[in-house]
Amino acid sequence: MSRDEGRGVDRRQALECMIWAGTGVLWTVAGGVPKSALLGTAQAAESGFAFLQISDSHVGFDKPANPNALGTLNEAIDKIVALPAKPAFMIHTGDISHLSKPKQFDDADQTIGRAKLDVHYVPGEHDLIDEDNGKAYLERYGKNAKGAGWYSFDQQGVHFIGLVNVVNLKAGGMGNLGPEQLAWLADDLKDKSASTPIVVFAHIPLWTVAPEWGWGTDDSAQALALLKRFGSVTVLNGHIHQLMQKVEGQVSFYTARSTAFPQPKPGAAPSPGPMTVPAGELRKYLGVRSVVYHPTGEPLAVTDAALAG
Amino acid sequence: MRTLAKPSALKGAINAAALTAALLVAPVASALDDSKVTIDNFAFTPNVITVKPGAVVTFENHDDIPHSIVDAAGKFHSKALDTNDTFQVTFDQPGEYNYYCGLHSHMRGKVIVAP
Repeated sequence: MSRDEGRGVDRRQALECMIWAGTGVLWTVAGGVPKSALLGTAQAAESGFAFLQISDSHVGFDKPANPNALGTLNEAIDKIVALPAKPAFMIHTGDISHLSKPKQFDDADQTIGRAKLDVHYVPGEHDLIDEDNGKAYLERYGKNAKGAGWYSFDQQGVHFIGLVNVVNLKAGGMGNLGPEQLAWLADDLKDKSASTPIVVFAHIPLWTVAPEWGWGTDDSAQALALLKRFGSVTVLNGHIHQLMQKVEGQVSFYTARSTAFPQPKPGAAPSPGPMTVPAGELRKYLGVRSVVYHPTGEPLAVTDAALAG
Repeated sequence: MRTLAKPSALKGAINAAALTAALLVAPVASALDDSKVTIDNFAFTPNVITVKPGAVVTFENHDDIPHSIVDAAGKFHSKALDTNDTFQVTFDQPGEYNYYCGLHSHMRGKVIVAP
């Protein structure tokens, strides 16, 4: 589970302490000493910064699990707008739309735009099902991207890599990065020093969560091999509409909540389809993630806040 | 092989979003051998179906999540099928056709065409 546990800090307790907006208190761990700070001041700490992750907004989804996915995305953005300090940027880990329709992308853009943040996207499989197999996505979100939409950028010494693992899927397989993207990744990383903190984000988990549901990426081991020499690697994914985390060596993996609807835990349902919960419970399963980086050599501090409850 | 989309006059019950593909040139009049594969809970049912040459197989998605039908050999593929959308393929040539979902590739099925 959490690497925090070994340091005498119970991560769940820390999360319970945190209230997302307004009077928000954010717990981070630096040098083994837990510190709390107002969310805004944590972000403003010297050389550090905060960014947000949202995922799986599925704009256009209107089935019983959430008849108004645009509405709950709006609520997520409301929380972001209410933050006392502005994060550096936001990432969206895919399934922006439900069916890649122009109106769904338009509605998503208009809503997410209210946050007034730079947003770095990677596509989910739901974003590439237009008539031209992803042209609509690339025209809208992929202007500076390579291939099917992958790219990298730097923020205050942290190297961010957005990967695409939802194209050219093989029969019987899971997510797929493909040789072209892996070659690009090797090239992208080759001049980076091992002390550069790396954040990788992609839609489908880059570790195998549930192969029977396709929750993994067939060739992720090749990507992780390229990342092995780095001292700090944080991997942020979506797709499975629930929180999970795992630490393997220097690599910390996290999946995010959706802003639209939850999906069952692996094996807890006949299929990974949308999970309908009592109407009053839905917002406990949806949420927004904040990630804070401090140049201390410690893992990035990941905090998840549900829309309610 | 190119996937040919054309409306099916014999399939009045199919909604307007239905997609029809013909494998080779085949009149839909051979619809006597019609067979249906439904998608429920991220699975094709029946998972393996045997039909006679010329049969029209209709795929219908009952899930809340879109799925697609992609032939592993590249001979046909559907668009993403939203809830209750259908896709038809006419199978003229005997053989085994392995297909999967283009969005969730762990979902697989097979059509066996035998005289």
